[in-house]
Amino acid sequence: MSDSSPDKPTSPNFDAALDFRSGWSYSEAPESSDYIELDENYGHYIDGRFVQPSKGRYLESINPATEKSLAKIADGTGEDVDAAVKAAGKAFKSKWSGLPGRERGKYIYRIARMIQEYARELAVLESMDGGKPIRESRDVDIPLTAAHFFYYAGWADKLEYAFPGRKAEPLGVCGQIIPWNFPMLMLAWKIAPALATGNTVVLKPAETTSLTALRFAEICSDAGLPDGVINIVTGAGQTGSNLVNHPDIDKIAFTGSTEVGKIIQKSLAGSGKRYTLELGGKGANIIFEDAAIEQAVEGVINAIFFNQGHVCCAGSRLLVQESIADLFISRLKDRMETLIVGDPLDKNTDIGAINSKAQYDRILNYLEIGVEEGAAIYQTQAELPKSGYFCRPTLFTDVGQSNRIVNEEIFGPVLTIQTFRTPDEAVEKANNTPYGLSGGVWTDKGSKIFQTGRALRAGVIWSNTFNKFDPTSPFGGYKESGVGREGGLHGLYPYVHLTS
Amino acid sequence: MADRVDVLKTYKTYVGGAFPRSESGRTYKVYGKNDQLLANACRCSRKDIRDAVEASRAAFSGWKSLSAHHRGQILYRISEMLEGRKEQFVEELIKSGISKKQSRMEVDAAIDRFIYFAGWTDKYAQIYGSINPVASDHFNFSYPEPIGILAVIPPETSRLIGPVSMIAPAIAGGNTLVMLASQTHPLAAITLGEVLHVSDLPAGVVNILSGYRDELIPVLTSHMDVNAIWNSVEKQEVMKQIDENAALNIKRVVHTEQDDWLDPRHENPYSIVQFQEIKTTWHPSGY
Amino acid sequence: MTKPSSELISSQQPSLHKAYLPVSPIDEVGVRERVARLNRRSIKKDSKKEALKLALSMIDLTTLEGKDSTGKVIQLCRKAARPHAGMASLPHVAAVCVYPSMVSTARKQLEGTGIFTASVATSFPAGMVSLKQKLDDTRYAIEQGAEEIDMVISRGEFLKGNYSYVYDEIASIREVCQEVHLKVILETGELGTLEHVRKASDLAIRAGADFIKTSTGKIAPAATQPATLVMLEAIRDHYLATGHKVGMKPAGGIRKAKQALQYLVLLRETLGAGWVTPEYFRFGASSLANDLLMQILKQETGVYQSADYFSID
Repeated sequence: MSDSSPDKPTSPNFDAALDFRSGWSYSEAPESSDYIELDENYGHYIDGRFVQPSKGRYLESINPATEKSLAKIADGTGEDVDAAVKAAGKAFKSKWSGLPGRERGKYIYRIARMIQEYARELAVLESMDGGKPIRESRDVDIPLTAAHFFYYAGWADKLEYAFPGRKAEPLGVCGQIIPWNFPMLMLAWKIAPALATGNTVVLKPAETTSLTALRFAEICSDAGLPDGVINIVTGAGQTGSNLVNHPDIDKIAFTGSTEVGKIIQKSLAGSGKRYTLELGGKGANIIFEDAAIEQAVEGVINAIFFNQGHVCCAGSRLLVQESIADLFISRLKDRMETLIVGDPLDKNTDIGAINSKAQYDRILNYLEIGVEEGAAIYQTQAELPKSGYFCRPTLFTDVGQSNRIVNEEIFGPVLTIQTFRTPDEAVEKANNTPYGLSGGVWTDKGSKIFQTGRALRAGVIWSNTFNKFDPTSPFGGYKESGVGREGGLHGLYPYVHLTS
Repeated sequence: MADRVDVLKTYKTYVGGAFPRSESGRTYKVYGKNDQLLANACRCSRKDIRDAVEASRAAFSGWKSLSAHHRGQILYRISEMLEGRKEQFVEELIKSGISKKQSRMEVDAAIDRFIYFAGWTDKYAQIYGSINPVASDHFNFSYPEPIGILAVIPPETSRLIGPVSMIAPAIAGGNTLVMLASQTHPLAAITLGEVLHVSDLPAGVVNILSGYRDELIPVLTSHMDVNAIWNSVEKQEVMKQIDENAALNIKRVVHTEQDDWLDPRHENPYSIVQFQEIKTTWHPSGY
Repeated sequence: MTKPSSELISSQQPSLHKAYLPVSPIDEVGVRERVARLNRRSIKKDSKKEALKLALSMIDLTTLEGKDSTGKVIQLCRKAARPHAGMASLPHVAAVCVYPSMVSTARKQLEGTGIFTASVATSFPAGMVSLKQKLDDTRYAIEQGAEEIDMVISRGEFLKGNYSYVYDEIASIREVCQEVHLKVILETGELGTLEHVRKASDLAIRAGADFIKTSTGKIAPAATQPATLVMLEAIRDHYLATGHKVGMKPAGGIRKAKQALQYLVLLRETLGAGWVTPEYFRFGASSLANDLLMQILKQETGVYQSADYFSID
């Protein structure tokens, strides 16, 4: 870099800074949402139709950008779950498991296509319900959702090639519990491989983000998917627990926190039910001194500020080599200053609303913890909307491995920055965690990429990039970040019983 | 001429490439057919578990980093060493109450099983890894990596072929492990440790303990540095306990039915890949 | 070939001369992703109106053809001063850029308009002549009245690693230019990699360029957003190190208003408000002007426009 050269010119303006706040700027550019029609109340989708919850209780679904209620969703009871599981069991036996793979595949293709047809509507709804910027729901979540169904549709009649020397049989009824950070994408990660392998599904979306899943149920109906193959039961933790503990469930797939993952694993003990868990993370993003600095800065932005940092595989711990740390952090701060925080439906918004009041409080609490722990906090000057749950992009420097903000998953736009001196030290710090979901390696040197990538105990290594997803690419964690893989060929394994 | 007095063997444990007695200083009696006393086996304690897990953790990074070819050579060497001590094992199995014919079959199968998995070390990654054609300008590939430290609980009844059938795929895949020998018939497994020791297997890759299973299983399966459990004890309450302990730190658990371990269906690469993590790497492709 | 004045120029190998700057690696895919992300910025309403006019005011209205004539240049200058007869409130363009032989004509036409007369020089576009000829070419353009000089670098020397030569050549032209504004054309389409683009940018900036410019317009690809982003970063790093502001001029292939707005977004989010002015940012273009005008009219009237209503000069 020029300012590290020995003959650095000096100037009275040496402390000049870039000005990203004055002059020409962007007007509001809201994505139109007036065509989104929401019902007042939503029931469960069971056995091919919407039904009211057995006890008649509902939960409010709040738009976190406005703190206003969008609709009410059913609060699923044990009876609701039981009805859904029975419907799924009936559909499995009577129809779905006997359908030739090719025909199953054609249904999944239909779903993929319809998601594409309703892509914009789904993206807008996703942003309204969950707070994520429309730029992401439109360009990432929904296209990947459709692509995921498209990918697995093609597997349905080709399973005999997936497992050498083995025959794949479906498991039966899969109970699937998904989080609020990528509602549609996680739905696709769960449902697409389950259907392709001949299973039927009872899915419980997160209580703060159920609306797109319910819209998806309509798509399944429109696609003519046989009744009971997909069932969607909404509700909070208790509904999920009812699903996990239902005796007729053959498999549980859960994405969420490690804390809840452990509870689920424990409650499945001795049941013989199969399970996959995609849990938390505290991914290290390692920047070596020979990295492409500009792209690494951008990589860090993607690693921690994508989806408000509500990403289990976020690169939430930055490890930067000491020789470039000052330069790197200064470039990172400049870049952060251009991040626009605000209305999720504005096409220029980079960071939308924190998903819920509970998560917002949790993040604020961690910011306080960080300050109490003696870390130096840095936040951008971004203007925040007057209502709704918003958090400025935040950095913590002067932190160590022993700090809580370095150890615990914050799940917000909050990055901790540590320095290291040697590759061994970087790897040691990166692996010094019970988690093992993701890791980033930034260096221009090929051999260093392979060596570092191999040494990291994590399921996804992003080398000179970060937070990339693709239906063909297996995803999942080591250690306490989970069990099993989703995506790609390896994502079929959790949904089949292999026989010789 | 007086009959020669046999030299009796002291059976110890195999931990970190050494043969220590149990830290507890306690033993228990092991009987053969007709309740004949065969030996005093170590009644291992929680501290022996601790030491064994420490030894396997210390060995893990070296073992997983060894080239696949080299791991294969070591597994093959184990077969060679077993072959050389065939009679010893046959005799040990007979003493433990198995027929001569059955014992011979079991030892032969054990030798062949190491050879079978020796051949897999440098192949399974080719079959179970993948190049993933992602829709962006990235090169993306996935390959299996060993999961870490395994707790291996072979069946109570199988003396040799059970332990061998579990050790071979586990270490072929680059894992290290702590195995609990059969409580009632631990001797062949302990002797197996002696074979492993002279087969160039690095210290700590395989650790073998004997003792009371109801004392050891809870400690081993709840250990926070154990990454996975391979169990073939079929008692419901034991399986449930193992599953619950696994939930402490999200251990991977595989319960394998303990039927006929001589059956060649136990020879398959899925025994290796069930204790592999798939690691996926992305890299941009550009100038 | 003239013997170079500095001993450093005579060095055939890249030396550790101050002109030879180590360049941080650049990942092309990452640059393209960054550009793609910036291209998603949505410029609407007042922001769009302002940007369209800004872009118009940043144009170096250009004609660089073998068939250029006095008549052509006069008409172009008319357009430069009053881009659209029907709209009095429009800004004029920043400069008119011509070959040296057309400079006096342009200068005369532009007198009193506030529009600069710019000339390409140094044997544009290939630059495959001796340094002496390049210096003479530059002097001639300045004598004819050029207020801005757009020079080309010796890409051949650059690609063979003779960075000192390139540096000293730019420095020599700089010397001749004195107060005349110097834009250095890197011809990024010939440099092959973004690292080369960055290295050439650093060289040009260090050697005294007032502006760095992507392209002659004679080579495809001409201006690209990835190359521009990398050049903007070189400008930023120099500024942060020295406090000295260098300008940027993408040129060639920018024909549509939408592209221009995308470049402005790149500029704003890389260098900030201090560069969003014709003083530090120019578009080398000709047909861009009319598309900007059509979009401005569309914004004013709400009606999509036809080319028949806009002068083609």
